Amino acid sequence: MYKFYETSFKNQSLTLKEKIQSLSFAYILFIFILAVIGVTMLYSAANGNWHPWALNQLLRFGIGFIVMMTLALVNVKYFMRYAYIFYFGVLLLLIIVEVGGHVGMGAQRWINLGFIKLQPSELMKIALVMALARYFHSTSLQNIETIRGIIIPLLMTLFPALLVMTQPDLGTALMLLFTAGAMFFAVGVQLWKFGIVLLGAVISMPIAWNLLHDYQQNRVLTFLNPERDPLGAGYHIIQSKIALGSGGVFGKGFLKGTQSHLNFLPEKHTDFIFTMLSEEFGMIGAIFVVLINILILAYSYGFALRTSSYFGKLAVVGLATNFFLYVMINMAMVLGLIPVVGVPLPLISYGGTVILSVMASFGIILSVNINRNINIGKD
Amino acid sequence: MNRDNDKGKVLIGRSLILAVGQMFLLIVIIARLYYLQVYQADKYKTLSDENRISTRLLVPPRGIIYDRNGELLATNRQNFQAMIVAEQTTNVKETLDAFKRIMPLSEIEEERIKKDLKKNRSFVPIKIKDNLTWDEVAQIQLNAPDLPGIIIDEGLSRYYPYGEKTAHVIGYVSSVSEQEAKLKEDPLLEVPGFKIGKYGIEKLYENKLRGKGGNLKLEVNAYGRVMKEIERVDGTSGDKIELSIDARLQSKAYELFGEETGAVIMIDIYSGEILVFASTPAYDPNVITQGVSAKEWAALNQNEHKPLMNKVLSGQYSPGSTFKMVVALAALESGAITSQTRSFCSGKMFLGNHAFHCWKKEGHGYLDVIQSLQHSCDIFFYETAQKVGINKIAEMARKFGLGQKINVGLDNEKEGLIPDTEWKKRRFGEPWQLGESLISGIGQGYILTTPIQLVTMTARIANGGYAVVPTFNKISEKSKLDKMNISSSNIALVKEGMFDVVNVPGGTALGSRFDFNGLKMAGKTGTTQVRRISMKERQTGIIKQEDLPWKYRNHALFVGYAPHDNPRYAVAVLVEHGRSGSAVAAPIGGQLLLEALKLDASSKPVE
Repeated sequence: MYKFYETSFKNQSLTLKEKIQSLSFAYILFIFILAVIGVTMLYSAANGNWHPWALNQLLRFGIGFIVMMTLALVNVKYFMRYAYIFYFGVLLLLIIVEVGGHVGMGAQRWINLGFIKLQPSELMKIALVMALARYFHSTSLQNIETIRGIIIPLLMTLFPALLVMTQPDLGTALMLLFTAGAMFFAVGVQLWKFGIVLLGAVISMPIAWNLLHDYQQNRVLTFLNPERDPLGAGYHIIQSKIALGSGGVFGKGFLKGTQSHLNFLPEKHTDFIFTMLSEEFGMIGAIFVVLINILILAYSYGFALRTSSYFGKLAVVGLATNFFLYVMINMAMVLGLIPVVGVPLPLISYGGTVILSVMASFGIILSVNINRNINIGKD
Repeated sequence: MNRDNDKGKVLIGRSLILAVGQMFLLIVIIARLYYLQVYQADKYKTLSDENRISTRLLVPPRGIIYDRNGELLATNRQNFQAMIVAEQTTNVKETLDAFKRIMPLSEIEEERIKKDLKKNRSFVPIKIKDNLTWDEVAQIQLNAPDLPGIIIDEGLSRYYPYGEKTAHVIGYVSSVSEQEAKLKEDPLLEVPGFKIGKYGIEKLYENKLRGKGGNLKLEVNAYGRVMKEIERVDGTSGDKIELSIDARLQSKAYELFGEETGAVIMIDIYSGEILVFASTPAYDPNVITQGVSAKEWAALNQNEHKPLMNKVLSGQYSPGSTFKMVVALAALESGAITSQTRSFCSGKMFLGNHAFHCWKKEGHGYLDVIQSLQHSCDIFFYETAQKVGINKIAEMARKFGLGQKINVGLDNEKEGLIPDTEWKKRRFGEPWQLGESLISGIGQGYILTTPIQLVTMTARIANGGYAVVPTFNKISEKSKLDKMNISSSNIALVKEGMFDVVNVPGGTALGSRFDFNGLKMAGKTGTTQVRRISMKERQTGIIKQEDLPWKYRNHALFVGYAPHDNPRYAVAVLVEHGRSGSAVAAPIGGQLLLEALKLDASSKPVE
């Protein structure tokens, strides 16, 4: 069997050397730059110490890099082949978490495997993209344009999103919905259908509001008016804006952010690390980080355009959108543009699972680019 | 296949829309960064500094007050406080229990400490006890191993070395009242525990003594813990003040009073410098400065002897016979009498059918003005007052500083009262009675004076009619005094009378005379009734002073100056209910003048 496959795809398989030669080194460089910035900021967050975060982060980035390179060298067709299996595996993990996961931060999000606290919702972001990419790869535009044709992908999206929301993890649930939404848009679902969903969302808003947990309601209310609770939930937003604004154009200097180092800024090593960076390196530093992220996105979309396979294109669009959502939600949140939803800044915020899932995404994107000339049939 | 082509085209087109949309949103992020970090940077920089910088006022040391010889009258003493820092001990209660074994704490103190500990973060030092003695500090340091978290803090507190002896001159400092703090004239007033002058020199020269507060800028973290000092601007300590007071004489005066109640003031007759300024009984300013309970305060307020009242300025008394110099001068100047004019004293005289008595029942016989002063004959001055009239007497009294504020700068100075016909009309709507002139002639009736007015009068007589004004300032350069328009020979007559009061047998202050290397004193006694003696009592025999309750006894007065030949110091003594000017007030005045002369002699370089 195995031999049969090998001959069947003979023309389409690349040697390891060819694969490495067609790696996008610029893309990897951008990733490295972000990682270096992240480690630097974590070093500062600990008042100039490698412990407890910077060294750990470096280690995780190392592991993430291995994961990325490994995935980059995998033939893209395997991603498609195992997309559904992977999706259902992760879904199973999500259900396990729902039944009896580790309780942390007031939300059940992890499976404690002993050596690592596995966060299935992070894996679901990749799994959903791959599964949807495979589904839409295999169907026709006609099908996509019918309601019946999108019922299955809708269920594939809504089921895990609901599970994540009940954890409760509103941020991740929204990211799943937005990512899927972007993919539905990309494949050609008619705009009026989005209009109906939007209308439905607006109508069901009061019901959804009541379903939100108290702390989630508070976050939204506090976002709308931070002064309503200046010492409680609003404190984060106010202090974040003070830190950012006081950084000015050139910043207060490395290790010299007063808001961060005097502990006025909460969660400076995780969700609010971009604030700390903006305080210490000013607008120059902050815009540099945004630009690197824009470059990563631009390259990703460039890869998508160059790729011949529909699956590859759509997978990259989905993964890039997912990455974009991380960056956008985190930055908009610390800049006081949206409520605090607890989404980290990829590669810069401290956190293991996110690094691994983002690096895995990059690995798949690189793989798609390497195998851009390979045709994948509708199996 | 065609549809497949379309499917791919749709994906590419829509992906491009997604890409552009996402880029656009990230550019919105950049715009937002620009808005916050450039457009609103100043606002947030200010907020950030407000977060991290905590400014504390540094309280400057208060100016020191010296007497004329450089003796300390008010100074700042180290004040040791025991504090507890909760985070430096594993068990606050154990530490406090250990502290209590060394030094007991009252229930009120314990309550306060508990409250303060709850209110403040664990790194804020909480005061346990202040004003520790050296011994107590040593005790705490010796037991330091058992007292984790206990620290000794050093501050400054006001101290008055002469205590109650200088209480009514120096005054005291005390906590800033809410009203005073509301004025916001100085941020120092809002510093907890800051004290300002509430009376006396401490209040008069508050602005000089206070100094200027410094600033300490500290960087604090989100929990209020001090991270480092950013900037320290030291304030300037208060100016030192040199007073005219002579602490040695001040102490002597206070001692001379003993248990008696009253006031004494001594001034330099040329410069007006106040050397002695005492009111008895007094309070201990060191106690008041640390704060007294409402009960202690009420006790001071209700005391019959009025320790809180500055009797030198606020005590208004009939001058009695000490007023006779003014009457004599008014009569001599107006020509109503001459040095030759004599009156016959039979012990009493009649105006209509009303009898006016001399203090000497059997009478003095014929006396001229000098002798009348010497013996303090009342009849002579009844007749003189009758001749000269109240308005001329009042005019003369005012020239000598009576019946008006001297304005020496301290609070609650009283005006006293020098009546005249116009005043009577204004006050009562009635014409002046001749009988009222008669009793005014011996300094009784409506007339009221304060001791500081009496010393001013005495000094102006002693210096030959110069309008000297008492002052607390040490005067280095003698300024020219205004000569009042009074004949020198008339003043000389009065002075001769005053000399005889003390130095010639029959004089009312003969018992207080002294001869210190030929230096002698001149003066005048006064004894004023505080109750009316009825006709019946006069007939049955006047009750002896000793047999009366304290508050019904006569006030005793004495004014004097020395040396008579070349006068330098004037003194006024008032002893409330002191029974007799001759027996009680004159000895105090005499000894004080003698002491001043002795100190002068000992401080003069040997030639």
